Amino acid sequence: MENKKLVINPAWCKGCGICAAFCPKEVLAIVHEKVQLINEADCIKCGLCELRCPDYAIYIEKEGE
Amino acid sequence: MATRFHLLQGNEACVEGAIAAGMKFYAGYPITPSTEIAERSAVRLPQVGGKFIQMEDEIAGIAAALGASVAGLKAMTATSGPGFSLKQENIGYASIAEIPIVIVDVQRAGPSTGLPTSPSQGDYMQSKWGTHGDHPVIVISPSSVQECYNLTVRCFNMAERFRVPVIFLMDEIVGHLREGCELIPPEELEINNRIEGNITGMTYAVSEGNYVPEFAAFGEGERYNVTGLFHDDTGFPTNDNTITRNQERRLMDKIRMRRDRIMQWEEKDCEDADVIIVCYGGTARSVMGAMEEASKMDFLKIGMFRPITVWPFPEKALEKLSKKCKHILVAEHNNGQMLLEVQRVVKDNCPVSFIGKIDGTTLTPDDILTKITEVY
Amino acid sequence: MPSKLIEKTMRVNRLPHIWCPGCGHGILMRDVAQAIENCGLDPDKVVIVSGIGCSSRAAGYMNYNTLHTTHGRAIAFATGVKLANPELTVIVITGDGDATAIGGNHLIHACRRNIDLTVVVFNNNIYGMTGGQYSPTTPHGEKGTTAPYGNIDYNFDIPKLAESAGATYTARGTAFHVPQMIKLIENGIKHHGFSLIEGLSVCPTYYGRKNKKGSAVDMYNWQKENCIDAAKAQKMSAEELEGKILTGEMSRCEKPEYTDMYMEIIRKCGGDK
Repeated sequence: MENKKLVINPAWCKGCGICAAFCPKEVLAIVHEKVQLINEADCIKCGLCELRCPDYAIYIEKEGE
Repeated sequence: MATRFHLLQGNEACVEGAIAAGMKFYAGYPITPSTEIAERSAVRLPQVGGKFIQMEDEIAGIAAALGASVAGLKAMTATSGPGFSLKQENIGYASIAEIPIVIVDVQRAGPSTGLPTSPSQGDYMQSKWGTHGDHPVIVISPSSVQECYNLTVRCFNMAERFRVPVIFLMDEIVGHLREGCELIPPEELEINNRIEGNITGMTYAVSEGNYVPEFAAFGEGERYNVTGLFHDDTGFPTNDNTITRNQERRLMDKIRMRRDRIMQWEEKDCEDADVIIVCYGGTARSVMGAMEEASKMDFLKIGMFRPITVWPFPEKALEKLSKKCKHILVAEHNNGQMLLEVQRVVKDNCPVSFIGKIDGTTLTPDDILTKITEVY
Repeated sequence: MPSKLIEKTMRVNRLPHIWCPGCGHGILMRDVAQAIENCGLDPDKVVIVSGIGCSSRAAGYMNYNTLHTTHGRAIAFATGVKLANPELTVIVITGDGDATAIGGNHLIHACRRNIDLTVVVFNNNIYGMTGGQYSPTTPHGEKGTTAPYGNIDYNFDIPKLAESAGATYTARGTAFHVPQMIKLIENGIKHHGFSLIEGLSVCPTYYGRKNKKGSAVDMYNWQKENCIDAAKAQKMSAEELEGKILTGEMSRCEKPEYTDMYMEIIRKCGGDK
C-alpha cells in the first residue's frame, strides 16, 4: 500500500461526486465542485474511484511506474 | 488466353473496367437496372482476391464500401434512382472525410419507384446537388459499352487521385445495351492510385500548391481520426470559422483547380454546324442516329456536343461553340436538367431549345429531327 | 498527468471529453480501453468505428484507428473495414438510438452474418446529443422531450434482439459495475464472431432530470441495487427479481465467422494466388 499514491487532476474533474459517494472509506469529498482527498490516512488505495470516474480525474499511481 | 473482344452489356463492362482499375471491394443492394453490376462483381471479385458483399440496404452498401476504402481497398457501389437518393448522405461523408469511392447510378425513370426498367436521365441534378452542403463531386457519363469500360477506369483514377466520390452516371440505355467491347488489359491503361504517405498526425494537411492530402490505410500504424464533422489538419473536429472556411475552400479547390484536367467532352461535326445538339449518356445514341439521317439531306448541318464529364460541366468549350453556331438543341431524357447549365453558359450567344422525354420511351432520331425542323 | 492507462489508450490532448458531469459514457469508454489492453492487442491494428450521438464521440478520444461515421451507419462501415482487412480488430461504439433506431437494420443484419465485430452499445435510454428525446430503450411510461405525457412505445431488450438475430455472443453490463463490464467487453473482443455488449449508461442531464431520477450518484445507486448478475439471479425468487435488470453474459455459441467463410470462397476461386 505504501508504494501507491492517489492522484487528482482537478482540471478534468467535473464535480459529479461519484468517487466520493462510492468510496468505501469515505475519504473523498467534493469541495467547490472539485474532488478532494479529505482523509488521506484512511485511504486504502483500492482504486474504485479511478474505475468509476467518468472524467479520468482521479487515479492510483504505483511508484516506480 | 482470353480474347480481348467481348459482347457485353454496359453494366458488365463497367465491372470489367472496375476490375482493370484495381477494384477490390464492392458492397451494394439489388436494384433494377443496375443489378448486373452487383451480380458480375459477386462472380469476379473473389477471382481476383477482392471482396463482394450484398448489404441489407442501399445506405449500408455505400457505408461498407467507404469502410473498405479507409482500410485501403479501391471500392465501388452501384445503384439506380431510388437507391441513389438513399446513398446521398454518405456521398457527403465521402466528400468531407475525403474517402475515395466510385458510385455508379444506372438511371431509371422516376420520381419514386417510377418506371424501374425504363430509360431516364432524371438524376443529372441529383448527381451534383443530391447531398446536403457544398461539396466537390466529379460525375462522368458514358454513351457506349466501350465507354462503360474505359470510363469506369477513369472514375477510379479520379476518385483515388483526388480523394473524392466519383459518380458514374449511366442510364438504362447504356446499362442494358449490348455491344462489342475491348477489354484493354490494365498494363495498357493509365491506372492511378491514391498517394500514400506518412501523415504523422497531420491527416489532412497538404503541402504548398497541393490540394489532396496523402493517405494511409487503417492498420498501417498511423492511427488517425476520420469524421464527417468539420475538422482541422489533424482530423479532429473544430468549430473554428477560419479553419472550416479553409477546409471547405480546399475541398472545392481540389476539383476547381484541376478541372481542365478532369473535364472531357466530345465534339462531333461542330466546326461548321448550324445546329449543335447537346446531349450525354445514352441519349447521344439517338442524336448520332439523327445526325446520320441529316447527313443524307445536304441543307441541314448538325453537330453534337457531348459532355463526358457532366460535372464539372465543360462550359468554356460550349461557350466557344455557341458563338459560332446558329442554334443549340439540348436533348435529354428528363424535363430539362442539363438544359439549365447550357442556358447559363450560352446566355444570348444563340437560341437554345430543348427536347426531352419522361414517359419511359427513348428519344428517336426522328423525334430529334422533327424538333430541329420546328425550332430552326 | 493522467493515469498510465489513459495516457496509453486515449488522445490526452483531446481530453477532458465533452460529456456532462456524471455521464456514464466516460466510464464505459475507459472500460473499452481497459478491455483492449487486457486482450494485449496492438493498437495499430485496432479500429474503433462509431456513429452519431453522445456515445459516438468516444471514437475521437481513443488512440486507435478511429472512424466517426454517419448516424446509425457505424456497423455498416465497420463491416466494410473488417471484410476489407480481417486482421484488424474492429470495435463499434454506438448508442441506443444509433444502434437500434436509425441503425437497427444494420445491427440485426451484422448479427445474422456473424461477422467478427464487437459492438458496445452505450445505452443511456435517451437521445442526449439532441436534448432528451425518447429512444427505443426509453422504458415504457417514462418521459422524454418528445414523450411529454409518458412514452407509449415498448422498449427493446438489446442483447435479446441481437441474440435472436444471430449474434453469437451477447452480454449486458453497467457503468457502475466496472470490473464486470471490462470482462464482458474483453470476452466479446476475444469471441470469434459477432459480439454485442450493452453497457447501461447514466444520463443525469436529460433522462435523469426528465424522469426525476435524482442526481448522478442516485442513478448509479439505482444501478447498484437493481442490476443483478444473471448467475446470482438464478438463486433468487421471482418476487426478488421483480423489476430487476439482469447483467452478465446472456448468450454465446460458436458458428463459422463471415470473413473466414469469404476467404474460403476466394481460395475456391483461386483469388488468393
